[in-house]
Amino acid sequence: MGSTRTTGVPTKLTQGSQTKGGIGESTLRPDGTLKVTGEFAYSSDMWHEDMLWGQTLRSTVAHAEIVSIDTSEALAQAGVYAVLTYDDLPAAMKNYGLEIQDTPVLAHKKVRHHGEPVALVAADHPETARRAAAKIKIEYRELPLVTDEASATAPDAVLVHEGRDDEHSRHVPHPNIVHRQPIIRGDAAEAAKKADVIVKGEYTFGMQDQAFLGPESGLAVPAEDGGVDLYVATQWLHSDLEQIAPVLGLPEEKVRMTLSGVGGAFGGREDISMQIHACLLALRTGKPVKIVYNRFESFFGHVHRHPAKLYYEHGATKDGKLTHMKCRIVLDGGAYASASPAVVGNASSLSVGPYVVENVDIEAIALYTNNPPCGAMRGFGAVQACFAYEAQMDKLAAKLGMDPVEFRQLNAMEQGTLLPTGQVVDSPAPVAEILRRVKARPLPPERQWESSEGADVRQLPGGLSNTTHGEGVVRGVGYAVGIKNVGFSEGFDDYSTAKVRMEVINGEPVATVHTAMAEVGQGGVTVHAQIARTELGVTQVTIHPADTQVGSAGSSSASRQTYVTGGAVKNSCELVREKVLEIGRRKFGTYHPAWATAELLLEGGKVVTDGGEVLGDLVDVLEGESVEVEAEWRHRPTEPFDLRTGQGNGHVQYSFAAHRAVVEVDTELGLVKVIELACAQDVGKALNPLSVLGQIQGGTTQGLGVAVMEEIIVDPKTAKVKNPSFTDYLIPTILDTPTIPVDVLELADEHAPYGLRGIGEAPTLSSTPAVLAAIRNATGLELNRTPVRPEHLTGT
Amino acid sequence: MDFLRPASWEEALAAKAEHPTAVPIAGGTDVMVEINFDHRRPEYLLDLNRIGELREWEVGADTVRLGASVPYTQIMENLRAELPGLALASHTVASPQIRNRGGVGGNLGTASPAGDAHPALLAADCEVEAESVRGSRLIPIDAFYTGVKRNALAPDELIRAVHIKKADGPQQYSKVGTRNAMVIAVCAFGIALHPETRTVRTGIGSAAPTPIRAKAAEEFLNAALDEGGFWDSKKIITPSIAKQFAELASGAANPIDDVRGTASYRRHAVGIMARRTLGWTWESYRGKGRSTEGVA
Repeated sequence: MGSTRTTGVPTKLTQGSQTKGGIGESTLRPDGTLKVTGEFAYSSDMWHEDMLWGQTLRSTVAHAEIVSIDTSEALAQAGVYAVLTYDDLPAAMKNYGLEIQDTPVLAHKKVRHHGEPVALVAADHPETARRAAAKIKIEYRELPLVTDEASATAPDAVLVHEGRDDEHSRHVPHPNIVHRQPIIRGDAAEAAKKADVIVKGEYTFGMQDQAFLGPESGLAVPAEDGGVDLYVATQWLHSDLEQIAPVLGLPEEKVRMTLSGVGGAFGGREDISMQIHACLLALRTGKPVKIVYNRFESFFGHVHRHPAKLYYEHGATKDGKLTHMKCRIVLDGGAYASASPAVVGNASSLSVGPYVVENVDIEAIALYTNNPPCGAMRGFGAVQACFAYEAQMDKLAAKLGMDPVEFRQLNAMEQGTLLPTGQVVDSPAPVAEILRRVKARPLPPERQWESSEGADVRQLPGGLSNTTHGEGVVRGVGYAVGIKNVGFSEGFDDYSTAKVRMEVINGEPVATVHTAMAEVGQGGVTVHAQIARTELGVTQVTIHPADTQVGSAGSSSASRQTYVTGGAVKNSCELVREKVLEIGRRKFGTYHPAWATAELLLEGGKVVTDGGEVLGDLVDVLEGESVEVEAEWRHRPTEPFDLRTGQGNGHVQYSFAAHRAVVEVDTELGLVKVIELACAQDVGKALNPLSVLGQIQGGTTQGLGVAVMEEIIVDPKTAKVKNPSFTDYLIPTILDTPTIPVDVLELADEHAPYGLRGIGEAPTLSSTPAVLAAIRNATGLELNRTPVRPEHLTGT
Repeated sequence: MDFLRPASWEEALAAKAEHPTAVPIAGGTDVMVEINFDHRRPEYLLDLNRIGELREWEVGADTVRLGASVPYTQIMENLRAELPGLALASHTVASPQIRNRGGVGGNLGTASPAGDAHPALLAADCEVEAESVRGSRLIPIDAFYTGVKRNALAPDELIRAVHIKKADGPQQYSKVGTRNAMVIAVCAFGIALHPETRTVRTGIGSAAPTPIRAKAAEEFLNAALDEGGFWDSKKIITPSIAKQFAELASGAANPIDDVRGTASYRRHAVGIMARRTLGWTWESYRGKGRSTEGVA
C-alpha cells in the first residue's frame, strides 16, 4: 500500500493507532473459511419444521392479455395448501417498485414480459408445488410487442403501461419512455465548428446478468400477532420492507426482516423477487413457506443490466484538445421501471467520462419495452457510457495520430474540473496518474504459451479446447479509464444507521455493532469490526445479524456501504466513546487531573492520554454500565438534475479506475484469451487492503465477462429469453481470468470518513472497454458492440 | 418416477426388457440436467452405478474395450497412449467434477450432436457393444447415430462397452467454445491418422443433426496422400492439399444458427480446425510434432 511508518516514540497518539485489527489492516472475513469449505449457510439452506414450499408460475409469453386462469386442478392435487392469483391479494396496494410502483405482485389482466409471475402455489414438497403449478391453466391473447426504440416510440406504438401518473410521466416525450435526462452545457454546435477532427460512433451494449451464485431464496414464517418474520437474501432490507408491508396490508412493524446468507448480489437483489410471494403464501396457509429459485428461474427472477444503444460525436483540435461531445444514450428498461430513472441519471451525467469537455449536448433515455426488466447492476449506467466514450477516445487518438494514453491524459479531468452538470469535482481526481501507472507497467512476455515441450494450450485462446498451438494468434494492447459516482445521487436522502453498544462480557470490554447493512460479499462485516476496534480501542467486536430492528442502512450498492454505513458506524462509535469517557470522568475523574485536561483516547482496552499515559481500564470504567447509541449518519446532500439542462450538484463522490488489457486473439477462429488486465485505482483510504484487492479483481473480471462472453440473448421476434442457464449464459472461469496486477492509490477525500472512496464499481467500468480496445488493436476491426463473439471477429 | 437399482448387469438387462422406456443413468451428467430443466420426466430411471464392470476397461491387441461408465478422468489418466483423440476430447468435457462422473456410454446414449466424445470415436473408429436379454451385438459407430438425439439402440438394449481401435498413428481433437474451459461445443473436430491402413478418419461434432464424418474430405486426403507418396516420404503436406481438405471438411458440416453460434461460423470453424489438426497430426507422424501441454 506504500504507507510509511515513522520510527521512535510518537509524541502524540491518535485514536486507534495502537489497536490491533483496526482500519488499514487486512483482517480476514469472518465467513471466508465457511464459504470456501461449503459450510456457510445461505438463504437457500434454511429449514423450518412443518414448512411448505412455494412455487411461482411465470408467463410463457412476453406480452399478452390474460383471458382466463383456472387453478382448480392445481388446488385439487394432494399436498397443495394454496394457489394464489391476483384476485387473492389482500390489500388495496397490488404493486411494488423501487422508484415507480408499476410492478404487479401477480399479473393483473396482462403480462408484460416473458417470465412474469402470474400465480403462486404452496405445497408440502417442492416437486408437488412444481407439478401443481404446471396444472394451472392460463389462456393468453397475445399483444403486439414493443422491443426497441423504434417500436416503443412509433406513433401507433402499443403502450406498455397505460395511464401513467408517476413523476417522470409529466416530462417524458412518450409514455413508453420511463425517464429522459438531457444535459446541456456550453454550445456543442458552435464548438464543433472549431474542431479539426470529428469522430462519430454508434455502439451497442448487450444485456448482462449479475449471475450471482446463490439464487433468490427466503423463508417466511407467520407470527402469532398476524405479522410475518421474513428471512431473506437481499441488498436492502428497509427498501424491501417499504414495498412488502403495503401489499400484505400490514404495518411495517409487523413485517420483521432478517438478512440470511447472501450468495452475491451485484445489483440483482435490489428489487423484490420472492419476498412478497413467500409472505403471501405463509399468511394464507398459516405455515412457514420457503421459496428457492433454481438457476433457470433466477434468470427471470431479477432485473439485468440495461442493454443500450449509444450514439456519440466528439470533436478535437489538431493539438488534441476535446472541443465538444454530443451523445444520445438509449437504455432498454424492459417491462417495469425498477431503477431505470436513476440509471438514466447516471448514464447522462457520466456520459462524458473522466474528461474535460466544456461543450456538451447529452440525452439519455430509458424505454419501457416487453423485454426482460432491467435495473441495477454494478456500474449502473456508467458502464454502458464508458464502453462508448472510451472507444471514441481511441478513434480520436488514431485520427489525430496521437498515443491513446497521452490523448486521454491531455484531456483528463482533475480536482477542480467542472462536470457537464456544472458540479465541481472537489476531491482528488488522479485520472492522468492512474493511466500513467498502468501504461508504465512492463508488458507480459510474448508467446508465453511456448515451452521446449510444445504449446501450453491453457495459455492460448480456446484454452483446454485445444484449438490453436499458436496459429492465427495476434497480441493486442488496449487502455481505458472510467468515472463512477459513489453513493445515491440526485438529492436522495442517502443515510445509514448504526447501533453500537459497549459493555463488559467475561471480564473483557466488548463492542457490538448492529446495522441493517446487507453483507453481499463486499466485506462490510469485516470493516465494521475494524472501525469499532479503531474507534473504541477494543479487540472483541460482535457484528449483530442485520435486520429491521435497527434503522435503515441503505442499499449495499452504488459503492456506498463502506462510506455510508462505515461512516455511520464510525459516528456511533465516536458517540459511544464520548459517553464512555463521561462515565470514566464521573467515576475516576478525581483520581487524576488528566481526566479533565488531556485529550483522551481508548486504546488496547484502556483509557489513555494522547501522551500515552494510562488512566484506567475500560473494564473498570464500564463495570456495571453499558453504553449504547443508535444514530443516523448522512453524507453531504446532493441535488436533483434540472430536467431541461441537467445542471445540479447531483453527486457525492467519484471513483476512478484505469485498465490496460493485453489480449491474444486467434484471428482465424475469433477466440480471445485475455493475458493480463492491469488496474490502477484511487481508493482514498484502503480500510481493508485485502478486501480492496478482491473488489478490484472481481470487478475487473465482471467487466471482462461482458467484453467477451456474457449476454442474455432475447429473441427480437418473441421477446423471449433464449439462454436462461449457465450452460449458455457463460461467465468467466479461472482459465478466462487473467493476471490482474493492481496499483492502489490512497489520495484522501477530505469529505469522506477516513478519506475513503467507494471502490466496488469503478473497475467494472474500464475493464470492458480496455479489453475491447486490445481486441481492436490485435485485429484492426471496429467492433462497436459488446460482448464480442467469434462471429464478429471472423466476419461469419 | 420409479428408480430401478439393479445389482448386476443381468438384472439391468432384465429391468430394461421389462421397462423399455426406462432411462439408464450412470454419471447423471446428461440425464440429471434434462430432468432438472424439466425437459423430460422418464417413467423409470435405471441406475447403473451398482454395476462395477461398466467402469472397467481392457486393453486388447487391437482395441480397447472401454466400459460404458469409465469416467473421462480415467480415460485422460490411463488411456492417453491407446486412445489419444478420446483423451484430448475427455479433457474438454465440462469441469473436473463432471469428468469424474461422466463417461462415453452417456454421450452415446444421449447421442446429442454436441457430445464431446463423438468426433474422437468417429475418427478412431469403434463399435458399440449393445446388449439385451436377447443377446449382444456390435454396432459400428458409422451406423450408430440415426438422428438428432437418436441412436441405433433397440428399446430393450443397454450400452455395455465401446470397442475402440487402438491408435496406430497420431490423433487430434479440437473444440470451439466461447469460453476457455467448461463450455459446450459450438463445433468440434476429431482426426486420426491410420498409417497401418494408410487412411485418415475424421469426426465432426455440433455442426450437423448428428455427429458425422467428413467423408469427402477423408476420401480426397486419402487419395492425395497416396498419390503424392506422403505416407512413405513423410514430406510436409502441400498447403493446397491441406486447404482442400479443410474446405471439404467445412462443406461436410450442415449446421444451424442457434444461441451458441451461427451456421456460417460453424462451417468456417470446422474448416480451420480441420486444417490445423491435420497439420498437428501430420507433424507428429513425421516425428516433428511436439507434445501439447495442459491437455491430459
